[in-house]
Amino acid sequence: MKSVTTIIIGAGQAGLAASKQLSDRGIDHIVLERGSIGNSWKTERWDSLRLLTPNWQSRLPGYFYDGPEPDGYMNMSEVVSYLESYSRVIDAPIQDNTNVISVERRFERYIVKTTRGTWASSTLVLANGACSLASIPKFADAVPQSIRQMSPLEYKNPDQLESGGVLIVGASATGVQLAREIQQSGRQVTLSVGEHIRVPRTYRGKDIKWWMDVLGLLDIMYHEVEDLNRVRKLSSLQLAGTQDCMFDLNSLSDCGVEITGRLAAMRGEHAIFSGSLANVCSLADLKMNRLLESIDQCVEANAGTEVTIPPRTFEPTRVPEAPALNIDFGDRKIKTVIWATGFKPDYSWLHLPVFDRKGNIRHEGGIVDAPGLYVLGLPFLRKRKSTLIDGAGDDAGFVASHLASSLRKAAA
Amino acid sequence: MTNVEMKSPQADNGVNVEALLGARAALEATPEAAQFKWRTKTSWINGTHSQTTIGGFFGLGEEQERGKEFTVDADHPEQFAAANMGATPVELVLSGLASCLTAGVASVAQNRGIQLNSITATLEGDMDLQGILGVDSDVRNGFETIRVSFQIDADASEEDIKALVAQSQKRSAVFDIITNPTNVFVDVN
Repeated sequence: MKSVTTIIIGAGQAGLAASKQLSDRGIDHIVLERGSIGNSWKTERWDSLRLLTPNWQSRLPGYFYDGPEPDGYMNMSEVVSYLESYSRVIDAPIQDNTNVISVERRFERYIVKTTRGTWASSTLVLANGACSLASIPKFADAVPQSIRQMSPLEYKNPDQLESGGVLIVGASATGVQLAREIQQSGRQVTLSVGEHIRVPRTYRGKDIKWWMDVLGLLDIMYHEVEDLNRVRKLSSLQLAGTQDCMFDLNSLSDCGVEITGRLAAMRGEHAIFSGSLANVCSLADLKMNRLLESIDQCVEANAGTEVTIPPRTFEPTRVPEAPALNIDFGDRKIKTVIWATGFKPDYSWLHLPVFDRKGNIRHEGGIVDAPGLYVLGLPFLRKRKSTLIDGAGDDAGFVASHLASSLRKAAA
Repeated sequence: MTNVEMKSPQADNGVNVEALLGARAALEATPEAAQFKWRTKTSWINGTHSQTTIGGFFGLGEEQERGKEFTVDADHPEQFAAANMGATPVELVLSGLASCLTAGVASVAQNRGIQLNSITATLEGDMDLQGILGVDSDVRNGFETIRVSFQIDADASEEDIKALVAQSQKRSAVFDIITNPTNVFVDVN
């Protein structure tokens, strides 16, 4: 059994940032990676995906984008190259192609069994990603056998799909992006829409992520929010890494996508949708307008700034006069259902009593409820930006400091 | 004016938000206490007239009494050759939706420090009688569409008032019951 002070599980942005922060503190560690660097980005994302954050925002500790397109959005192979190049700069001690089979705690040490040997460490950082598994609602069991079901983890491009209609459940970043390209491939898409967050890609000449950064929204701490459970479950912004000013339900309706309410039940060959579509659209419009108003106030309060483009309003979401409440898969010739209903981390190998009754890992800003155990990269782990590449550095810095001080205490 | 400035700390809509937030925190910690059962009991009077009594319920881990009993009469109007002894059941459904949304608006407004002066909700449900009469099997029995129109006078901007109404729908039990399917089991003893 090999021994090390700290094991980091996962060599994505969180694991690499943690490695850098541990190296800076002289803490000996190893990064275990099931595949190769940025594995989830490389193997579990669709072909057309680009980051939702602009290139300049992919800041990591001691590293930033200095290429020709600071306002562009990286595609997946660019993300992987970016992370590979970062790992070389920080000289991260990565052991790749090493799948973790189990983690247990014995005699005050974490025993990490992998496909390439067993490791022991006093401290452990879980950086294996927030999106390893698709969250699929229980209705999936009731979908007729003849219909192919897919998660976004398996979806690559429309060519994988049978011709015929496609029901996409979920209208956050994943759902709207897939809806557009699948509709454009000539398959009629029905998009089931629950609560979602509508924002323009750019406003008054700046990227929305730039505004969120400037307004301090991305730096809001987990203990500053009223309802932490709620914000940790919020869906992703309805965005794509493209230059369209607004990519929303209206633009999807314009390309022929049919918008329905939240999927409420499956009854035989029928999908039943909630009658709440008007309200979820209204909630999203109101929320977007509040954000835009706070941007306008910020511009006013900082007169003489570089922002010269005047405020504008966006057309409210157009809700169909009578959204379909019940569709028959046969009538619509629907052959595929894609569950764009969110993701969750995979801790099936973590045999420790650190989960709440909903299966979420119990942690306080990244400090897990077990000695020397830390987690990174989860939604709103410490800040709103915790799931962004841009958020990995701060969180890793905090975790590394806490970890270092716990090692000093143990040694004293 | 910002949202913060518009909040009146003295807003009093008669909703005890502190108690509600306390209950929320308590029930989050003890999910079993959050399991409630609501009950009604209906007796047939005559014709299409029936009377429902509503008393105790189950919640917080035990049977609860409310110290009084309410009665609700339901019937059909004379146009249906009935005795007109009460509102129709479908109107009671609209009334349930309106009351639920209105209570929600009051609670959310209190929580957001918004003083309400008046709320009126006017509801209308479209129904094609060919459904319940069995004339056309393609027509459903229930409402095709329900429209809710709120008139709200409050010390807040139009956007903030719209946000109250949206949030109220998001948290409304009856809105959920009406917009989503529910399994119903009926047996005969």
